[in-house]
Amino acid sequence: MALPVEHEALTKAFSGFGVNEKLFISELGRWHSEQRKVFRKRSEQFFIEDERGFERWDHHHVALLEREFLRFKTTLVLWTMHPWERDAGLANEALINGPQSYGVLIEIACTRSSEELLGARRAYHSLFDLSIEEDVASQVDGPERKLLVALVSAYRYEGPSVKEEVAKAEAKILYNAIKNGVSKKPSEDDEVVRILSTRSKLHLKTLFHYYKEISGHNIVVDFDVDMYLKQTVECMYAPQTYFSQVLDAALRDDADEAAKRALIRVIVTRAEVDMKEIKEVYCKLYGVSLSETIEAKAHGNFKDFLLALVEKGQSD
Amino acid sequence: MSTLTVPDQIPSLEEDCEQLHKAFSGWGTNEALIISILAHRNAAQRNLIRQTYAKTYGEDLLKALNKELSNDFEGVVLLWALDPAERDAYLANEATKRQTSNNQVLMEIACTRTPHELLLARQAYHARFKKSLEEDVAHHTTGDFRKLLVPLVSSYRYEGDEVNMALAKTEAKILHEKISSKAYSDEEVIRILSTRSKAQINATLNHYNNDFGHAINKDLKDDPEDEFLALLRATVKCLTRPQLYFEKVVRLAINKLGTDEGALTRVVTTRAEIDLKVIKDEYYRRNSVPLDRAIGKDTHGDYEKMLLELVGQSDA
Repeated sequence: MALPVEHEALTKAFSGFGVNEKLFISELGRWHSEQRKVFRKRSEQFFIEDERGFERWDHHHVALLEREFLRFKTTLVLWTMHPWERDAGLANEALINGPQSYGVLIEIACTRSSEELLGARRAYHSLFDLSIEEDVASQVDGPERKLLVALVSAYRYEGPSVKEEVAKAEAKILYNAIKNGVSKKPSEDDEVVRILSTRSKLHLKTLFHYYKEISGHNIVVDFDVDMYLKQTVECMYAPQTYFSQVLDAALRDDADEAAKRALIRVIVTRAEVDMKEIKEVYCKLYGVSLSETIEAKAHGNFKDFLLALVEKGQSD
Repeated sequence: MSTLTVPDQIPSLEEDCEQLHKAFSGWGTNEALIISILAHRNAAQRNLIRQTYAKTYGEDLLKALNKELSNDFEGVVLLWALDPAERDAYLANEATKRQTSNNQVLMEIACTRTPHELLLARQAYHARFKKSLEEDVAHHTTGDFRKLLVPLVSSYRYEGDEVNMALAKTEAKILHEKISSKAYSDEEVIRILSTRSKAQINATLNHYNNDFGHAINKDLKDDPEDEFLALLRATVKCLTRPQLYFEKVVRLAINKLGTDEGALTRVVTTRAEIDLKVIKDEYYRRNSVPLDRAIGKDTHGDYEKMLLELVGQSDA
């Protein structure tokens, strides 16, 4: 007879982030048919009592299970991939998924270096026989199109030269755009798009500094009115905070599929870039370490692999 | 095809540099010697000459040329001596400075270069001007011109020959709709012209011609004074038949009262190693006069000599 404690462990292993392969092998693999029947009868969330006298797998749950089994493989493939191919694939996937995933486009366009973004654009040519900008321009329908196309087309200067007076003047322009946000949506304001999508990151950092002097607030706070603009600014002003927030959303119990995929995306793409800083910010924001949270929420090989990536560089 | 002629056996780098240095020294300048060397070296060779000259004489060759030469002759030699990417960056930067219709030069560079060449120009722009090309173009243009030019200079078009015929038909229809309602700077028009691959655009415009009875430029002739329409027509030409576009630029430059040396110099130096031969053939076809003869009649002195060395003699 299978014990309730094992049932609970198995139930947990059957649902959630990744699968606990070892537990399946050590428990389920050893049960004989009577024990499995008891498990089926007691697991109403996985098995339906069929009118013809047997406990039937809920196919929806089998699909979920399949997806959780695949997480390790997805992470592995993504990790081994060339960053250019990775970013191109992520961008394409985001486009296909529609508006709720456009944030990924912003993330890629704004957190990668100019050369990395360029590489992604090259890979996009190879993978899809299209340029990323033509795909974004033709697939995105709403007012955010202008901003998104401009962001993915950028090839920003990355040197140290900044014109302070220009940064100051443009901080004012952004401030006014937000103030007039009622009459004209800031993300459709040509000047806002121009400044955010063409200026160098150093220029923008300087600009954000002046912005705070003018407005009294951090620009991220003021740009709260428009989610795409807000995310753009977050990614450029404080990328590690942005990534921490994405990770937190992914690890919540009520996280949806898109949020869950974000966990893999962020960890794989940042593991060798700024994971250390992200971990610090995450801990500061949420009072617990990223590794601890992953340990608590994920299972099996998937979990182990993620932890390996997160802790990479610890000993470096 | 290129019109540049390089002798089968060229002197060593050291010899070339020594000769150039000799050409600068003493009374006056030996322009003929300068022409005989520089007009018969390709981009890679010119780059090496510049490097060797700097190492040997501690001065940038361009600086020496700038000191010794003057007027239009200096203009053509300096522009020619530059690496193609640097040249494009320089031309683009000059074009953002003045108020004149040098929107055309920006469009010309964005649309007649291959995606790779445009990219190199953008990189050279970073290096030389400590800014990105798109931020300068965005900052110095306004209205419809900005709407068109920023995406054009930011594009990194797919370079393959694949064409989606169904899409071409659809987008030809979109273009026709917008143009019929005089929405010349509509986002859809800009999107199609600035993001699609050149092969795709060609297919689209062929469909336009097939489905609506005439070429798209015929429908863009509504108002002869409208500068934006003129730019749009030129954009279409650059994307589909660049040699015809350049023939016209050269024709207008020569026919203009007093000659437009800037335009003539620009076309000859930027196309000599690309397709000046085809442009020459077009020029003859259109004007019944060989290009070298027309240049000979319209220009003089060392400027004329340098141009003719780059253009090459006609077969007639």
